[in-house]
Amino acid sequence: MLYADSDPLAPRPRDSRATAPVTIKILIAGGFGAGKTTMVASVSEVRPLRTEEELSEPGSRLDHLDGVEAKSTTTVAMDFGRITISDDLVVYLFGTPGQTRFWFMWDELAYGALGAVVLADTRRLADCFGSIDYFERVGMPFVVAVNCFDGARRYPIRTMRAALNLPEEVPLLLCDARQRSSSRDVLVALVEHALTRLRGTGPVTSAR
Amino acid sequence: MESSQENRSPDRDGPIVRPYALTAGRTRPSGSSIDLVASVLAVGDAAEAEPGLEPEHRQVLRLCRTPMSVADLASGIDLPLGVVRVLIADLRDRGLVEVHQPASAPVRDLRILQEVADALRRL
Repeated sequence: MLYADSDPLAPRPRDSRATAPVTIKILIAGGFGAGKTTMVASVSEVRPLRTEEELSEPGSRLDHLDGVEAKSTTTVAMDFGRITISDDLVVYLFGTPGQTRFWFMWDELAYGALGAVVLADTRRLADCFGSIDYFERVGMPFVVAVNCFDGARRYPIRTMRAALNLPEEVPLLLCDARQRSSSRDVLVALVEHALTRLRGTGPVTSAR
Repeated sequence: MESSQENRSPDRDGPIVRPYALTAGRTRPSGSSIDLVASVLAVGDAAEAEPGLEPEHRQVLRLCRTPMSVADLASGIDLPLGVVRVLIADLRDRGLVEVHQPASAPVRDLRILQEVADALRRL
């Protein structure tokens, strides 16, 4: 029997028409251009999703990559993917907007999320610091996945962990976001990390 | 508005009006906030026949005959999230849909999470 929330005394109705699946929300974060869109697309059924946002200033500093022009409009295309595990269980992936002017959207995206993948690019490692800070601050489980871009210099894990000032218990992996199997392994590492944290803290009462 | 949209294909022609025109300029849903993964379910089978609904309201109702998340609805109708939230709130106000908010805390049931990990491994 699956439960919709953390209250074990509230069994969900079994009428299939009325039963909403249990949803697992996972965030894919990281700097602009770190591979969030690529990862969501490689591992899930991608859905188009956009939101209209009022913007007061252009993101000129960051708009230097191919295909970025479209992102300077008020329509924010969100990375949104879905992995249907069963009729009762669905995993949603949401890419967090990489540009700092969209930080205000993070709290909503983070609401009720199981955890986050922080994608890092060794050529612009500092771009993921903000994401790491955010998830540390809100106490959400996260893993850091270093996206191995072609031609980017490789560093030992130890060196990267030190550069990111990452505690030992936070998993740090190398990945190729273009590869389904690699992105899948990152998600598995995140869920396992969340499980480890839950087991470590023992039974947790409802946070409501 | 209904007649002018009958022969159009949103895929081919793109949106006919600016998004928030559909909501009469309202950018915030009435009532309590509606989470991205809140589940929406149409109440009763006659909801779509209700008078005074915009075609987009009826689209929402059609899609959520079985429970559907807000994000899936917005994606399915191809309207911005904010617009779809306003439409859902309209329908909620009229008692035509039920909105089930997700738990504020993530799932903590170890069996469910193990099931997720195992299923992801098989991807």
